Amino acid sequence: MDNTKRRLLNEKIAKGFMHLSGITVTASLFFIVGTILYKGLPYLNWDMVSQLPKGGFYIGKEGGILNAILGSLYLAGVATALSALIGIPISLYLNVYLGGKSRITQFSKLLFDVLYGVPSIVYGAVGFGIMVYFGIRASLLGGIITVTLLTVPIVVRTVDELIKTIPQDLKNVTLSLGTTRWELAKVMLRSIRAGLLTAILLAFGRAIGDVAGVLLTTGFSDNLPKYIDEPAATLPLAIFFQLSSPIPEVQGRAYASALVLTIIILIIVVCTHILQSKQKNR
Amino acid sequence: MHSYPSIETKESLIQHPLSEPHIEIKDLNVHIDGRHILKNINLALPNNSVTSIIGPSGCGKTTLLKTLNRLVDDTKGVEITGSVLVNGEDIYGRNAEVTHIRKKMGLLSQKPYPLPMSIYDNVAYGPRIHGIKSKKELDKIVETQLRNVALWDEVKDRLGHSASGLSIGQQQRLCLARGLAVEPEIILGDESTSALDPLSTAKIEELLIELKKDYTIVLVTHILRQARRVSDYILFVYGGEILEFGPTEQVLLNPQHEITKQYVKGFIS
Repeated sequence: MDNTKRRLLNEKIAKGFMHLSGITVTASLFFIVGTILYKGLPYLNWDMVSQLPKGGFYIGKEGGILNAILGSLYLAGVATALSALIGIPISLYLNVYLGGKSRITQFSKLLFDVLYGVPSIVYGAVGFGIMVYFGIRASLLGGIITVTLLTVPIVVRTVDELIKTIPQDLKNVTLSLGTTRWELAKVMLRSIRAGLLTAILLAFGRAIGDVAGVLLTTGFSDNLPKYIDEPAATLPLAIFFQLSSPIPEVQGRAYASALVLTIIILIIVVCTHILQSKQKNR
Repeated sequence: MHSYPSIETKESLIQHPLSEPHIEIKDLNVHIDGRHILKNINLALPNNSVTSIIGPSGCGKTTLLKTLNRLVDDTKGVEITGSVLVNGEDIYGRNAEVTHIRKKMGLLSQKPYPLPMSIYDNVAYGPRIHGIKSKKELDKIVETQLRNVALWDEVKDRLGHSASGLSIGQQQRLCLARGLAVEPEIILGDESTSALDPLSTAKIEELLIELKKDYTIVLVTHILRQARRVSDYILFVYGGEILEFGPTEQVLLNPQHEITKQYVKGFIS
């Protein structure tokens, strides 16, 4: 086989793999969404999203999962906001004040990479340990602390990657206007503002989808999450408990809950995209 | 007219200093990660003139430029000895304040990098951080500086639009206006036209020649014809050393050093 033919064949094989993985991913996505829709749609009704569970989350066939929807939104919302408030300054400090190449920065980045990869059950266990030590019971507060710890590394590392995309020359010309480091940091944040939304979205996705961290620290409740020091329901746990119920109707309601969770994430993603395109056009 | 420095030896540059040097570099040595990047630089640059720094890639031109506004400080593993005097004050001195030093030196980078904000805010940004709050005053600065760089007529109806919507040539003029708005004394250009088309390049060059009435300008350039068009003096840097410094015509047409000769003839690049 001559050289050109061999190269074209290589190209075809490579492209074939790309198509194959593309198809696999798309098909799996359709299969997942299809399953949730098929099994969950019959049980999804207004009561499901507007009522509290009746007869208990485990065996109750009536009522809804408003407790879990609100619990998840509170928990993920607050934890994401906190992790942005903690994570963005960390990333800025490492990159703007210490400099991307300093040893402390390198070491911190390694540390955050490890934290990024630590499974959430470990965070849950640590959070649980802290709570026991201080005598706090499973509560929304415990969950928020745990999930914040879980999402800070995501924000730090994503913002770090974003900062790397800022050209050195932009930093140089900004500094040459006589800015302080803090003013430079603000300009840098502005230039990556569209990407920051993605970082926050990633953190929110992980926060609202987490099961293991909240299992130990937040507990579960059939009531609305009114107080921060009381146990609260979350959607992933609601799905988990309903699925493990022996009653088929309750299992169906688990899929409806999954559908609600998926829709919430969809709404957040779409909103992020709209905000991002608005940012880019400015 | 300033007296031209003798070009025979590097030492002579301080033995016969210019009448009013704006920038004076004394025994400057820069090491980066142990490598000797700039070697015993002694130099005096006069007021209201354009000096082009030329030399092969990697010779230390850009580092030399960056030592002037202390951007070199941010390089990892950098060690600087010697002094750089601006109006007689050592910018590496104990009491030197880096934001203040940088305010004095406008930087025009290789590619234009407008700040991520509107055209108006790009120009107003510098004055704002340095304490000007009055809208009226800012309006005036923005208009003056945009007129200075011949951009006002092109953008006056869309001052609130994002600066990234401008063409590259317009962006570079905007960046110049942004730099001028903080009222620097010195303009540093780091191959400032290398990303521009010939027409935009010509505009920037015209502006620089115009601006030297009020500023001292130091440019790093790869383009000898540009150096010839805009500069009064040429500084030839080779291997981290100043090989030659003198009036433009003299360095380009009658270089004293063999290596300079080869460089201006295009044998080495």
